[in-house]
Amino acid sequence: MELLKIENYKKSFGATEVLKGIGFSLDRGETLAIIGSSGSGKTTLLRCLNFLETPDEGRMYLDGKLLFDASGPRAGDAEIREKRLRFGLVFQNFNLFPQYTVFENLCLAPKLLAAERPDYRQKKEAYLAEIEEKATGLLDKVGLTAKRDAYPCSLSGGQQQRVAIARALANSPDILCFDEPTSALDPELTAEVLNVLRSLASENMTMIVVTHEMKFAAEVASRVIFMDEGVIAFDGPSAEAFGENCPNERLKSFIGSIEK
Amino acid sequence: MSFWSITLFLWEGFRISLLIFAVTLLVGIPLGLPISFCSMSRVRPIRCAAKVFVWIIRGVPLMLQIFIIYYVPGLVFNYQLFGRVDKYFLLNYGIQDAGRIVAVLIAFAINYACYFSEIYRGGIESISKGQYEAGQVLGMTKKQIFFKVVLLQVIKRIVPPMSNEIITLIKDTALANCIMVAELIKQANTLAATKALIWPLFYTGVFYLLFVGILTVLLGRLEKKLSYFSS
Ligand SMILES: Nc1ncnc2c1ncn2[C@@H]1O[C@H](COP(=O)(O)OP(=O)(O)O)[C@@H](O)[C@H]1O
Ligand SMILES: [Mg+2]
Repeated sequence: MELLKIENYKKSFGATEVLKGIGFSLDRGETLAIIGSSGSGKTTLLRCLNFLETPDEGRMYLDGKLLFDASGPRAGDAEIREKRLRFGLVFQNFNLFPQYTVFENLCLAPKLLAAERPDYRQKKEAYLAEIEEKATGLLDKVGLTAKRDAYPCSLSGGQQQRVAIARALANSPDILCFDEPTSALDPELTAEVLNVLRSLASENMTMIVVTHEMKFAAEVASRVIFMDEGVIAFDGPSAEAFGENCPNERLKSFIGSIEK
Repeated sequence: MSFWSITLFLWEGFRISLLIFAVTLLVGIPLGLPISFCSMSRVRPIRCAAKVFVWIIRGVPLMLQIFIIYYVPGLVFNYQLFGRVDKYFLLNYGIQDAGRIVAVLIAFAINYACYFSEIYRGGIESISKGQYEAGQVLGMTKKQIFFKVVLLQVIKRIVPPMSNEIITLIKDTALANCIMVAELIKQANTLAATKALIWPLFYTGVFYLLFVGILTVLLGRLEKKLSYFSS
């Protein structure tokens, strides 16, 4: 079932056109890997999906409903904020909030959101209990229950990234995006993060993962998009992308250049 | 005069120094905020105006600023504002120097607000863009991001430079001397002039030193309190 559809996303920074008409769709429960050389626009695409950048052109449909249209009226802050909640984003360098414990990092945004509900006053206890229960479950899921009250600065990079994933999940996004989640990590720490992604994929979380981990992409992603200079040069099943008879020469040489 | 009565006489002056110190912080710390926001404004004229203002205030001796604030109403508008306040308080309440002290407080508050604003700006600009974006992606409002995510990190970063300024401030209060406000050094000078006693002038150092010692301990505690996280 189609969850997300992107049509003709274009984005320029000044004179540089970074996205030159990106279109793809994503089914619910699918894991999509986006690969491509540095500077091809992968980060910019994820930022557009998360409304950190506004595309110059294009439309986004979520669940069949138009969520963004560049030619429509400019959305206000509150509207963007609401739309943004449909997505989560895990950054390359984690961006945890250093002054909060792991558990507080998970609960902060959901609690602020709950406080905006009209019936918050009457149901405060219930809301908070629900948020904390969910956060506890998420910490268990990423294997960091023991670090519940630790501060981010005391964690390894891999642990911080797992907290960041749990924090993104605490908002229950429809689609979770990852921007090279392991490239700031020492090699021995990437596995623990990839394992979390693996288990999320097996639970049918809808995910878009920008990654340079080809083995991981081949194994976990059902589909691969190869970006090349702002366009999608390949979009197909990962078996095809990483298989012997990959139809796209540039993709083939790109995968070859990374795996060697 | 006994040692004790000289101590008391100097203490009278130090109370004025402490008053200048406290009011400057009370007004300067919040006043620095709008100045720093203006100096980071996206609106160019506002930003430029703020930067020029800060440049002037930081570029001119504080003593000169005290003179300007004190004398300009009389020179330009032919109205001895602070002199009249002085007289009014002296006649009605028996309070000395009220107008002069107000002039000093205005000069100090503006001057220190400008220094603080630069420290705030440095602190705010040192927070990585990723912190704001992480907040945005999690659905937080700009206000929530500032108050719940950024502010404490900024405070942590500005405590050391603010401590420096605060310690400088207590010593700067001696500048009030230049328009004859009876702060600590002025009191000692009075003893030198009227009683031919020089040693009380050196004795004033003890007051400053003790106070700076207390400040150092308190500010150090604050710094330590914020050392539970690092960013
Ligand atoms: N905010 C920006 N301003 C100007 N240029 C940008 C900005 N963000 C990205 N770019 C440019 O867009 C291009 C694509 O960047 P990016 O999306 O980060 O690529 P990737 O993630 O695939 O490496 C790069 O050439 C980069 O310099
Ligand atoms: Mg990138």
